[in-house]
Amino acid sequence: MPELGAAAIPAIEIISVDKTYPNGTHALQPVDLSVPEGEFVTLLGPSGCGKSTLLKMVAGLLAPSNGRILLWRKPVARVEESGHRLSFVFQEATLMPWARVQTNVRLPLDLARVPREQADARVHEALKMVGLTRFARALPGELSGGMQMRVSIARGLVTRPTLLLMDEPFGALDEISRHRLDGELLDLWRGNQLTVMFVTHSIYEAVYLSTRVVVMGARPGRVVDEVRVHEPYPRAASFRVSTAFAGYARRLQESLQRASADLPDPELA
Amino acid sequence: MTPAAFTSPATRATPRVPWLRRPDAQRVLWPALVAVVLLVLWQALVVGFDVQPFLVPSPWRVAVVMVADAGLLFGSLLTTLKITLFAFVCATLLGVLVAFAFVQSRVIETAFFPYAVLLQVTPIVAIAPLIIIWVRNPTASLVICATLVALFPIIANTTLGLRSVNPGLMSYFKLNRATRRQTLLRLRIPSALPYFFGGLRISSGLALIGAVVAEFVAGTGGTGTGLAYQILQAGYQLNIPRMFAALLLITLTGVLLFASMSILSRWALGSWHESEVHHD
Repeated sequence: MPELGAAAIPAIEIISVDKTYPNGTHALQPVDLSVPEGEFVTLLGPSGCGKSTLLKMVAGLLAPSNGRILLWRKPVARVEESGHRLSFVFQEATLMPWARVQTNVRLPLDLARVPREQADARVHEALKMVGLTRFARALPGELSGGMQMRVSIARGLVTRPTLLLMDEPFGALDEISRHRLDGELLDLWRGNQLTVMFVTHSIYEAVYLSTRVVVMGARPGRVVDEVRVHEPYPRAASFRVSTAFAGYARRLQESLQRASADLPDPELA
Repeated sequence: MTPAAFTSPATRATPRVPWLRRPDAQRVLWPALVAVVLLVLWQALVVGFDVQPFLVPSPWRVAVVMVADAGLLFGSLLTTLKITLFAFVCATLLGVLVAFAFVQSRVIETAFFPYAVLLQVTPIVAIAPLIIIWVRNPTASLVICATLVALFPIIANTTLGLRSVNPGLMSYFKLNRATRRQTLLRLRIPSALPYFFGGLRISSGLALIGAVVAEFVAGTGGTGTGLAYQILQAGYQLNIPRMFAALLLITLTGVLLFASMSILSRWALGSWHESEVHHD
């Protein structure tokens, strides 16, 4: 099949992927999803809807039971051949507590045996992006939760990825830090031409960040809806309290409610 | 937050606090006070009730004997210390080696772990005579006994530590296609350090116990000149003050070993591990 130019290549193609765990749990019913390059797509749903499972399959941390996942038309294990690179940011900062911030950020480069001088320059660049250059020599334990998360994001950016996969990265933070990091993340996404797949259970975070929200339901895990957020970037803080925002939030709320309506014990009210 | 908040915990203590109020000083001060009170009480009771020195000697008398027999006692201390330290080093090296073998494969661990337990639960007093008969060199036989006693905590703790890796970090390493070697050096070993130091602290005391117990068993054979031998000899001669002096030296050695392991642990982990970071 001939290509119509680079822009036409989807960054992520999920082709009838499902997941059944060895213990028989159906984590995810077949999903089809295509994410064009440069999109900020959010997987939104209650716990147990398989959103993290799906993200981990995209990262190659889990293997799908059926179906295929392609990144820039390559299987996940051979994504480097496309000249693209993915980074994964976990829910926890997952930093090495014994290593200084700069060593933590340098870790993926060290593991890839990037020469030290080149690596240090990139660490500086990544720390600059998250505004933590002053704390390069601090230990993770000396930083606040929000700062630790920024270190984790810097570690994700230091390899200069084109695809950023984020599994509820700000879930453990207070709301103020969370809002600030949401804004910073959007700047990074726009500034570095990233494609982002973001997992959250917060409707408001999903609306504020995304170009598109994929709504998922639990038991069985499945995709139930897709909502496109037509709000230009950069998005002002006032977008969070606008009528348009409330409209999107209600739309997502209704989708989630419909998805859990037939459950005996709905997790979302 | 200001960068000033990121100095190391050691320099954070403000000099304005009088040293007597400092927690570090108090940790020494209070136990020392208890010791002084007990010693005074002991001296008073022995003198007051006119207790014979071959039953309970007064602290003063013990101190006098300690000075008078210094040559003898400290010579013995050196012997015991030599065996203890040698056994401790052997146990550490062997224990770490075994722990690494255990984490390499579940099969090795499953096959050999029961025997490590066997080693731990068999009383050293029961095997010491055998080892002393089998090993001709008396010093070597004592070192082997003490090593056997001190070995298990190092194996158990280091194995646990090498396995106690944050699963998130493990996934991160896997995601970045880290080799086995990289995961071991950059993740498993640093993660295991707090557990390893915990093992060291327990084993340092056990090495001393092992050395003394083994010498008790061997001492009657005329091999030892360590502190256990001094206690045995003093017992035969009803020289109870010297017995107390020897006992005191053993106890002090144990405390010193434990303290030095604690200092080593704090030096290695102080900046990052929860167990050593002092929260204000």
